[in-house]
Amino acid sequence: MSTRIEKRFQLLKDQKRAGLITFTTAGDPDPVTFAQILAGLPKAGADIIELGMPFTDPMADGPVIQRASLRALKAGMSVKRTLKIVADFRLNDQDTPIVLMGYFNPIMAYGISEFVKDAAKAGVDGLIIADLPPEEDAQLRLPANKAGLAMIRLAAPTTDDQRLPRVLDGASGFLYYVAIAGVTGTKSAADSHISEAVTRIRAQSSLPVAVGFGIRTADHVAQITNHADAAIVGSAIISEIESRLDQQGRATAGLVDETLNFVQSLASGLSRNR
Amino acid sequence: MTTDKGKRPNSYRAGPDTDGHFGDFGGRYVAETLMPLILSVERAYDEARNDPAFQAELDDLMTHYVGRPSPLYHAAPLSEHLGGAKIYFKRDELNHTGAHKINHAVGQVLLARRMGKTRIIAETGAGQHGVATATVAARFGLPCTIFMGAKDIERQKPNVFRMRLLGAEVRACHSGSATLKDAMNEAIRHWVSTVEDTFYVIGTVAGPHPYPAMVRDFQSVIGHEAKAQMLEREGRLPDSLVACIGGGSNALGLFHAFLDDPDVAAYAVEAAGRGVETGEHAAAIAGGAPGVLHGNRTFLLQDDDGQIKEAHSISAGLDYPGIGPEHAWLSETGRVNYVSATDDEALEAFQLCARLEGILPALEPSHALAHVIKLAPTLPKDHLMIMNLCGRGDKDIFTIADALGVEL
Repeated sequence: MSTRIEKRFQLLKDQKRAGLITFTTAGDPDPVTFAQILAGLPKAGADIIELGMPFTDPMADGPVIQRASLRALKAGMSVKRTLKIVADFRLNDQDTPIVLMGYFNPIMAYGISEFVKDAAKAGVDGLIIADLPPEEDAQLRLPANKAGLAMIRLAAPTTDDQRLPRVLDGASGFLYYVAIAGVTGTKSAADSHISEAVTRIRAQSSLPVAVGFGIRTADHVAQITNHADAAIVGSAIISEIESRLDQQGRATAGLVDETLNFVQSLASGLSRNR
Repeated sequence: MTTDKGKRPNSYRAGPDTDGHFGDFGGRYVAETLMPLILSVERAYDEARNDPAFQAELDDLMTHYVGRPSPLYHAAPLSEHLGGAKIYFKRDELNHTGAHKINHAVGQVLLARRMGKTRIIAETGAGQHGVATATVAARFGLPCTIFMGAKDIERQKPNVFRMRLLGAEVRACHSGSATLKDAMNEAIRHWVSTVEDTFYVIGTVAGPHPYPAMVRDFQSVIGHEAKAQMLEREGRLPDSLVACIGGGSNALGLFHAFLDDPDVAAYAVEAAGRGVETGEHAAAIAGGAPGVLHGNRTFLLQDDDGQIKEAHSISAGLDYPGIGPEHAWLSETGRVNYVSATDDEALEAFQLCARLEGILPALEPSHALAHVIKLAPTLPKDHLMIMNLCGRGDKDIFTIADALGVEL
């Protein structure tokens, strides 16, 4: 039986196009508005949905995602509620893969075996844990794989040829290439760098390669997906959400539609000539 | 999961293992972007500590720049006042820059130079580590950026000015509680963006491996000196050691040389803030649970959902929701006793020390002193106790004046 993630990349292959992976923080700006955004993402062009699990101290994230995390926490989000949001989404969508991105501490507090069991049951397909490098991830990766969840590994510009096999050994789902040495939502990578990096990874792995960090526009998406199997956009979508909050941080009319329109515009940049 | 609770290892001084674990604690919990860098720091440190030339340069600076060894002083008036144990102060507040932080700042900046790094960054809480790092960076002509919580900048103005005089850029962090934990988040984010040329000088025995072990090694000069000094003064080892603990660098610095001497008791004093029972404290062992933050697995103040809670202490240097991973392990094995002292107890201890000894201790070691005040009267007069007086209190006079309702 192939997984939702595998099926989705196969579908992209059949359609001869690259994919869009959207990142939003679960429960941002509030759980009700977020559920509406989430429900609309597949139709707007999200091929895979990456959901941020809010954390007080997101060390790998820039200011935009930090603020989204704090808004979501303030609105009462927790790991449990994030899983509930996924379960609710699954009632109407059995096909779009969902991967959870977050930090290890909330998972530890939840209990690792409980978490992987509940996440799989809710309909989660994979995990990206920013502060869990290969050296430390067996404690989560093994039970997660057993529960049917992919453990998505990250490679970065600093991951040299000597280290890359360590990152690939145990990776599943897809490989997340971090385009820049930095945090989310800051600078963008040069095209030549992406091309070289994707080629280097493909030489050692058959996993699909998704590229994220610093991708903000349809043009960026087009450039990236000339090389990669998918582009990941996060901070730019969250900035869209943020720009439509009132002074008290509440969603204003049109926020959901405008956010989804923006996702649609990003999807229009995807390479369709593969 | 295995636990070391109650298990006695052959040695308490052998850790960490090759992946940086002290029992279940420690490790390398960082983003992939940083992993290759962390591994290169580890390799460079391994080479450096086995290189006699590195050690010789470090020793020379420790003697002539820092002013080591620091004295072991018999606090006779305090001992007499408390009527029990014979109390000694390890006077690390007499080091250049006024605290123990200079010990690991010198070591790490020398390592940065050896690695060919051309910029230094650091986080700071009380400002002592920031001042120490800015000092050594100035000495070696390296540009230096210090990350500091906006709230700490407000309550540690003298040290902020000191860092700027030393040529460092002090960058205010406004996120979260705007204290030490947030400064560390920002420093790590900045480091991820500048991996090529920048060395991160971490200010305590925490962070990803090799930092907890490396900082401990540079600080353990405190305990090695104290051991030799005590043997010379009294002809035997001390009976007990007392040190305050935020991240735990001065405590481990004093304790480490004695960990395999079973008759030497060790007390680490956490900041209980307004009282552990009020929830407004910085006592990660008394009031926290195991978790992962800032690169290592350790005890953390957190809620049921694993969100990190804000710490509180009158002392900016102890105002951190975690603790070094080796301390988490020493607590689980029972080798070190973790106790706590409140803001008020530290303030009282500060005043007593000023009047009886003519020494203004920093608010951080005032917490250690508060425990000495509780402990010493219960002990016989031939009980030898060493307290680490790890910083001087000049930086804290504004905070203390405020707490005492005095306008300066």
